[in-house]
Amino acid sequence: MAMAEEIGAEEFSAVVATHRQQIFRFLLASTRDVDLAETLTQDCFLKAHRNWASFRGESSAMTWLMRIAINLQKDHWRNRRMQFWRHARANAVDLGEASEWLPSGERSAEQQLLARERVRQVGKAVEGLSERQRTVFLLRYVEEAELSEIARATGLSEGTVKAHLSRAVAKVRAELGARQ
Amino acid sequence: MNSKEKVGGVSGVSNIADEEDKLNKALGEFRLSVHAWSDAAYGRTRTAVVPNPRRVWWLAAGWALGCVLVAGGASAGVWEHHQHQQEMRIAAAHAAGQQRQATQVREQQARQEKEDLLGREDLLAKVDKDVSREVPAAMEPLGQLMAEDETQ
Repeated sequence: MAMAEEIGAEEFSAVVATHRQQIFRFLLASTRDVDLAETLTQDCFLKAHRNWASFRGESSAMTWLMRIAINLQKDHWRNRRMQFWRHARANAVDLGEASEWLPSGERSAEQQLLARERVRQVGKAVEGLSERQRTVFLLRYVEEAELSEIARATGLSEGTVKAHLSRAVAKVRAELGARQ
Repeated sequence: MNSKEKVGGVSGVSNIADEEDKLNKALGEFRLSVHAWSDAAYGRTRTAVVPNPRRVWWLAAGWALGCVLVAGGASAGVWEHHQHQQEMRIAAAHAAGQQRQATQVREQQARQEKEDLLGREDLLAKVDKDVSREVPAAMEPLGQLMAEDETQ
């Protein structure tokens, strides 16, 4: 039960250093806003530090942190829904813009172009997913999390996770098929 | 199953495999792109602006002065408006007083004229009455003669 105790500064720094980038990446892909992703990442670790005593070590620290990040993201959109500038997402960019960052590798210019187009299509499809489908999709295909981990992080059953994932993949497939 | 059906079945399976391949490829590329984007955003240089204390004082002084000017302007406007309203009220009261006075004068004049008219009529009636009473009884036959002359 050592995990349930207060965490030392050095130990927590190590937790932050290990997981910060992954949490940031998930929040960036979810919100598509760099500044917001940074703010929510800070909030996530602040909340984790305050509630470290409640972390019982039943799941990995990453899964626990991811759960906090998902809840923070949900709270953020819920709060924004109350505001009249709900649709004014000034800093958010299209997820398809991630295609600009696609490593060129050893591909020809034409192959690169085609790959970017595919990434853009996936990004567009992901934007059209429901909040829960998107979360599950990003955890599975960007963070490469196992279904059991996704279930623990989202608080859903594995069956529900599978169902959401299946619908999300079907939409991505449809988007890719439609542009062929 | 004939050869045509076999070919169709093989091409259908191959299509599905192609689609799966394409999907997996696209998902892999999407993951790589998001990772690269996140790495670039995560590693970007951040600039922090340290506020200059002197500049802060100037800023505070500017804001204070601005607030005083705005408050002064607003209160002057309110006072001006209040004064103007008071002047308007006084002028309206004065005008109403003058009008009332003029009405009273007019009524008094009318009453006076009426009284004068009644006085004149009374006086004439009184004179007529007095004159008619002062005719002596001995003169009555002459009065009859005058009446006859008038008929002729």
